[in-house]
Amino acid sequence: MSQSAEKVLDHFKLFREPEYKEMFAKKKAEFEYAVPDEALQHTIEWTKSEDYREKNFAREALTVNPAKACQPLGAVFAANGFEGTLPFVHGSQGCVAYYRSHFSRHFKEPTSCVSSSMTEDAAVFGGLNNMIDGLANAYNLYKPKMIAVSTTCMAEVIGDDINAYIKTSKEKGSIPAEFDAPFAHTPAFVGSHITGYDNALHGVLTHFWDGKAGTAPKLERKPNESINFIGGFDGYVVGNNREIRRMFKEFDIDFTMLCDPSDAWDTPTDGEFRMYDGGTSLEDAANAVHAKATIAMQTISTEKTVKMIEEHGQEVVRLHHPVGVAGTDKFLMELSRITGKDIPDSLTKERGRLVDAIADSSAHIHGKKFALYGDPDLMLGLTAFLLELGAEPVTVLSTNGDDKWAAKVQELFDASPFGKDCKVYPKKDLWHMRSLLFTDPVDFLIGNTFGKYLDRDTKTPLIRIGFPIFDRHHKHRYPVWGYQGGMNVLVTILDKIFDVMDADTNGIATTDYSFDIIR
Amino acid sequence: MSYTVDLGVNGAELIEEVLKAYPEKSAKRRAKHLTVHEEGKSDCDVKSNIKSLPGVMTIRGCAYAGSKGVVWGPIKDMIHISHGPVGCGQYSWASRRNYYIGTTGIDSFGTMQFTSDFQEKDIVFGGDKKLEKIMDEIQELFPLNKGISVQSECPIGLIGDDIEAVSKKKSKEYNGKTIVPVRCEGFRGVSQSLGHHIANDAIRDFIFDKTDPNKNEFTGTPYDVAIIGDYNIGGDAWSSRILLEEMGLRVIAQWSGDGSIAELENSPKAKLNILHCYRSMNYISRHMEEKYGIPWVEYNFFGPSKIEESLRKIASFFDDSIKEKTEEVIAKYKALTDAVIAKYKPRLQGKRVMLFVGGLRPRHVIGAYEDLGMEVVGTGYEFGHNDDYQRTTHYVKDGTLIYDDVTGYEFEKFVEAVQPDLVGSGIKEKYVFQKMGVPFRQMHSWDYSGPYHGYDGFAIFARDMDMAINNPVWALTKTPWKKVA
Repeated sequence: MSQSAEKVLDHFKLFREPEYKEMFAKKKAEFEYAVPDEALQHTIEWTKSEDYREKNFAREALTVNPAKACQPLGAVFAANGFEGTLPFVHGSQGCVAYYRSHFSRHFKEPTSCVSSSMTEDAAVFGGLNNMIDGLANAYNLYKPKMIAVSTTCMAEVIGDDINAYIKTSKEKGSIPAEFDAPFAHTPAFVGSHITGYDNALHGVLTHFWDGKAGTAPKLERKPNESINFIGGFDGYVVGNNREIRRMFKEFDIDFTMLCDPSDAWDTPTDGEFRMYDGGTSLEDAANAVHAKATIAMQTISTEKTVKMIEEHGQEVVRLHHPVGVAGTDKFLMELSRITGKDIPDSLTKERGRLVDAIADSSAHIHGKKFALYGDPDLMLGLTAFLLELGAEPVTVLSTNGDDKWAAKVQELFDASPFGKDCKVYPKKDLWHMRSLLFTDPVDFLIGNTFGKYLDRDTKTPLIRIGFPIFDRHHKHRYPVWGYQGGMNVLVTILDKIFDVMDADTNGIATTDYSFDIIR
Repeated sequence: MSYTVDLGVNGAELIEEVLKAYPEKSAKRRAKHLTVHEEGKSDCDVKSNIKSLPGVMTIRGCAYAGSKGVVWGPIKDMIHISHGPVGCGQYSWASRRNYYIGTTGIDSFGTMQFTSDFQEKDIVFGGDKKLEKIMDEIQELFPLNKGISVQSECPIGLIGDDIEAVSKKKSKEYNGKTIVPVRCEGFRGVSQSLGHHIANDAIRDFIFDKTDPNKNEFTGTPYDVAIIGDYNIGGDAWSSRILLEEMGLRVIAQWSGDGSIAELENSPKAKLNILHCYRSMNYISRHMEEKYGIPWVEYNFFGPSKIEESLRKIASFFDDSIKEKTEEVIAKYKALTDAVIAKYKPRLQGKRVMLFVGGLRPRHVIGAYEDLGMEVVGTGYEFGHNDDYQRTTHYVKDGTLIYDDVTGYEFEKFVEAVQPDLVGSGIKEKYVFQKMGVPFRQMHSWDYSGPYHGYDGFAIFARDMDMAINNPVWALTKTPWKKVA
């Protein structure tokens, strides 16, 4: 027995004790009828081969370890960015349990969201009654200012008309007639979580701008000098939105952040649970129609929304998750152009500091090879930054990035000498990535928490940047946008490089001559 | 039992007050799920296993979660296809901490996400052809897999796909390979619970009934048992198995944590099925009793009192040699549990706990808390049935607040009023209560700790509860310069 009250061993160490190791070996030998070791070793080696890679890339139907989620997750994200808004997902209830868990595991925060809890009878007769009762219950219990309705695949497959259902619910008195209940169809079998974000935000804005589903006059745009900012589906939203707000203030720009869950996903522990906190006010959401222009920080995540905004007469600045110096330069220069305001000296100085930091550290990044995967906009931003650092993003992969996205990544490669041997992989998953890491090895991998399996299998050190990050805490609090954000990304990459360097040089009397105190 | 828990408030009034927030129709329905336990009520006097109200923020999941997430997912040498759109598999990917030993991606697949990633065309034209191709691709790329299960997501049942036919065809094509279609679409039933049942039935139909009983060379002993309903969360089944082996039993199968398909296949050869999670696996236990004559016994491996009781209960099915060894096991661990209690009880004595979990835990963990001098003053099941509440009456004391399928609103109000020293529930609830300044432990995932089962687990359980309750951070939640209203 190894356990003791003085030194409690939990799963990390307990199962390495001899009594457990012996038990595992016996279980395997006597009861599992396991694969013979030779076949196991043979297969392990085979999965590392060019042959396996070829077969792996020939897959047409099976997806293994994808780096994307489904639409309603993004819809819940978007809803959570508005003042006092309760996301309401029409369909099966298990989905909502999943979205709430997923966000809570990433942000370490509560995520409020309700379901219309449709079951077999609703599958047959439609979910109207679920909507009627659900809206009434949600409204009475959780006292929201707005309920943003989206759909699961169940409701979409049976073809529920949620616009009509919301209207009927209002007629039945579930919610007041004038209560804001925007909606969006967010089928899980189309696009990914970023599509759901787009659809839901589109739903909210068209609700306020285009006559609240036929119940109010459409707003007439009276252009003002304000700027709208849309961040897109962003795992760093807590840090990023605050950083962006600070930058806008430095500029002294009148702006509206459209969809801002940065407070909702960062409430204090002070004895009170805040179901709602912060967010874009409904008034601001409506008035955003009058803005001079809209900045879309992740255009692929907001394609439909920005097109709609453009159709309302605004200029749209389309960016792709700018990270680093040139990306932020472009963001600020566009901001300066559309507002006519000079870029403030304070930000100019921050730029110089980021350049300074890069100059200080570039020797350790220059020429290092990276593989990275994630949402398409993030990949464009990170690829550009890595090229800027003199690194080689040799493998850039996205499950929810399409061929159009891949062409954009290729443009980045083509514009840099460091992009010469780099390759982009649209619509691929992390099992494809596993093959690539074996056949085209790199120094570092950049991705979300699930990349740790690739790190384990291929021994490619993982730098955690992306969504979700479940196994490291508080990363979402640090911006990756702006020069400060670029600094955070730089340091995140450097920390891993140095950790790996130290771990690789600490062999006593073998490699520790390079175990330098100054790097 | 004359002892009454200290709820600190009038439970009946509290329930009445909380129900006021609902529209009338909903209040009436929710009232049936909420009560203050009185001795003599055979099932805690609550309604259970009925539909959740829409819009109330139920904590429940779905049948897919019950099948793929709970029952099938942990079977390590099979590939479980999340069949339908990408989300379900993505959100349940490796999040349940069903530990296993194996080479992932080669001979084990537990922490991987295999999905058919349905697109619009699959919805419109059906996904059967795609499913066939997926099985071919699995066979080519993961040749050491021992079987495939098809875990249906909502659209499958709605678009009329015939996954049974595809599975049958492919099984034949691959020489009788085990391929299991599971109809666990998320809209079926009212919670995870129906998914457990459907998953149990699928094991019966596609593993037991389709497997040649002599497939695996197997020499039985009189001491062969199967652990049923332990998902090896944080290693729970391991810290249980070790005790069973020490008492002289031979554990021929683990259902399903760290389980392999061969273990499932051999289970009908067990002499006794020992059942931890009654809710999720009573079905297969009853089936094995009826069909193979294997008796089953429920046990509880949380906390020394219940472990001791359970070890003796299990031993009672065997001869004296086992009974003697069982006493030796109990004696062997006595020093450990005494030391754990001596260390932690003074720090935890009198602390009040509210629980809301799934499966067996709303009742099973009560004894472990009591061993540490703590008191459970409120409990409820996410997806329990009447028979769970019947069993609960043996654990709870008079005055305990009982809440079935609690809603976010109710739970928040109950905790606000009762002011427990600890809440034990899930990830969706964790941060709500921590914001309120109430210590919390996740009692599904053990908050990434564990194991909690067995004697080894009890030490960890005690340490973790102490760590949560006596965390100095809870003295900091009130801002010193803010006056209390």
